[in-house]
Amino acid sequence: MAGEDGFVDIRETTAVGEVAALRVRDLSVTFTGGGREVRAVRGIDLDVAKGEFVALLGESGSGKSVTARAIMGLTDEFTRVDAAELRVSGVDIQALGENERRMMRGERMSLVLQDALSALNPVMTIGNQIGELFRVHRGSTRKQARASAVELLGLVGIPAPSKRVDDYPHQFSGGMRQRILIAMAIALEPEMLIADEPTTALDVTVQAQILDLLGSLRDQLGMGILLITHDLGVVMEVADRLAVMYAGRIVERGDADTVLDHPAHPYTEALLRSVPEAGIRGRDLMTIPGSPPSPAQTPPGCSFNPRCHMAIDICRTVRPPLVDVAEGRASACHRSEELLHALVS
Amino acid sequence: MPSSVEPVLDPLFSTPITERKLVLEARDLRRTFTSGSRLNPTKVSAVDGVSLQLHAGETLGIVGESGCGKSTLARMLVGLERPDGGTLTYHGTDVTRARRSDRRLLRTGVQMIFQDPYTSLDPRMSVGDIIAEPMAATRSASPAARRERVAELLGLVGLAPDMMSRYPHQFSGGQRQRIGIARALALDPDVLVCDEAVSALDVSVQAQVINLLGELQRRLGVAIMFIAHDLSVVRHIADNVAVMYLGRIAEQGDTDTVYGSPAHPYTQALLSATPSHSRADRGKLARRRILSGEPPSPVNPPTGCRFNPRCWLATDECRTTQPPLREVAATSATAAADLGLRPVGESRVVACHHAEKALQEAALAG
Repeated sequence: MAGEDGFVDIRETTAVGEVAALRVRDLSVTFTGGGREVRAVRGIDLDVAKGEFVALLGESGSGKSVTARAIMGLTDEFTRVDAAELRVSGVDIQALGENERRMMRGERMSLVLQDALSALNPVMTIGNQIGELFRVHRGSTRKQARASAVELLGLVGIPAPSKRVDDYPHQFSGGMRQRILIAMAIALEPEMLIADEPTTALDVTVQAQILDLLGSLRDQLGMGILLITHDLGVVMEVADRLAVMYAGRIVERGDADTVLDHPAHPYTEALLRSVPEAGIRGRDLMTIPGSPPSPAQTPPGCSFNPRCHMAIDICRTVRPPLVDVAEGRASACHRSEELLHALVS
Repeated sequence: MPSSVEPVLDPLFSTPITERKLVLEARDLRRTFTSGSRLNPTKVSAVDGVSLQLHAGETLGIVGESGCGKSTLARMLVGLERPDGGTLTYHGTDVTRARRSDRRLLRTGVQMIFQDPYTSLDPRMSVGDIIAEPMAATRSASPAARRERVAELLGLVGLAPDMMSRYPHQFSGGQRQRIGIARALALDPDVLVCDEAVSALDVSVQAQVINLLGELQRRLGVAIMFIAHDLSVVRHIADNVAVMYLGRIAEQGDTDTVYGSPAHPYTQALLSATPSHSRADRGKLARRRILSGEPPSPVNPPTGCRFNPRCWLATDECRTTQPPLREVAATSATAAADLGLRPVGESRVVACHHAEKALQEAALAG
């Protein structure tokens, strides 16, 4: 892509050895507003290696966006984040003060939000918004910042970047705005990029472009990407590894090929079978009865048990832990062994 | 919700769609909006000459990207928007410039299911009142009969009749969409227009609503116009599909034909950009047909074929002459087989000067 050489020069951060881009252990997020505590995320572990594309799949209310914000440290006074370990490329985020943490954001880790129109400042030109990153983090002059902004816009595939740099967000289409957000997220070449539903509001042709862009940036810059999505099609296309969330917990985790071919959790299996496929046109889709539980009142035992077609007595009382069921994959289900064997045979 | 419904051995579903009763027909519908300042007005051509036929019990899918005019088309079909040109015929009666009583006919017979189940239900009305409102508005039944009908409708969409006195906030997204469907069915319509009716729902709930729509169609013989940007959902439920681009129909025909061997370059590009729901097809997106540029806006649509600035097959003819919807012709039976066409009864029309070439290239690319 154009301007690649100059782009790499901006990088000043020292290359760390083989440290994971993201390492999360026992992360819980609790909302304390409104008089009672709601546990939105309950003790999840996540790992993203450098240059790895990890998908976090879940329905609304499963806690996936809350996880992203907790990692970034974008929480308000009514949110409590507890974690045994929270490291972005080796740096223990919890040990940092608010100022140091702010400098981490954008520099070492960054977040791409879903709604590009509300994430951009409507009264500031695109060039100034991107340039701000360089001015704050790198101490660039106005002129340098502007040049860097033009370069970035070119990198994410905005036509005529030197002309568009002085435009305002409303002058761009939805797909372009999303690309501008991605440009801002990768401006300082962070080691870790979290993309929270970056393509949900977009048309398929634009979605394909954005996924391409994320993939090629991963290859060029070697950043770890955590893609948060509810779209199975997107996961199928890009994910190296996959974690499935349900009611605030990870219920299945592993290599994407294995998990998608032979799910070890009934929820993953049902999700895979509830999307329309060409082969079963006209017939009824397999459904999951009921709807996802609200984080305020999750059922006892396994959170999925009221909707699960395989539920037995123990599922209603004892919550299954997330345990390794095979090499490099884990599932939180009392009956995952059976599920795996049924699929194999 | 009853998961298995006994197949209705209705004569309706054993007759081919084209021989069934024509319920709703749109001919050359047009709608232009004016925007900008009064001194310097700009014309936005949202829908430009769309013709559609909807037969009893048929499901017609409309796909296209945002801004292609599918929602404007839906609003015209239910009578929320008056077309600038063209005619809309409901059961043989022209309702576009008809008397008020004829338009009322359209309003009762064609009902809409909206996209967002959170904003399309009045939060201060009970579910019973919401579902009974169409009947109240048309003064079609006594209050007692309405309550009975509401209970029946709730059962039909898989909700318990005693939920009638509850309010929308007490329901989940999927349940609310069921309430919206019950309301649309209250007047026993012939046509349901679903504008992105499942897009806002979670994957696991989306399947429930798709199944429900199919089941209702089998039971009631209602025709469904299903507008969505999710191509796999449309493929699942639609008998016929129309692909729209910038206010015009690019390609229209039998779902299997259009998805299996798309003849319009735009359809080909759109389908190739859709992520597959199977891991085996990973990397399909990398081989997709990449369209240059952003979708042009309907404010200043290009002349000739509206797709020409982004099309890789565009010639001078495309830039000047608007291609009509036509059948794809094959010179001989073997040529037809090469193109993946059925020699006879090719039930698809396409608006492209170079459809044959597009098909041939696609067949060669495999």
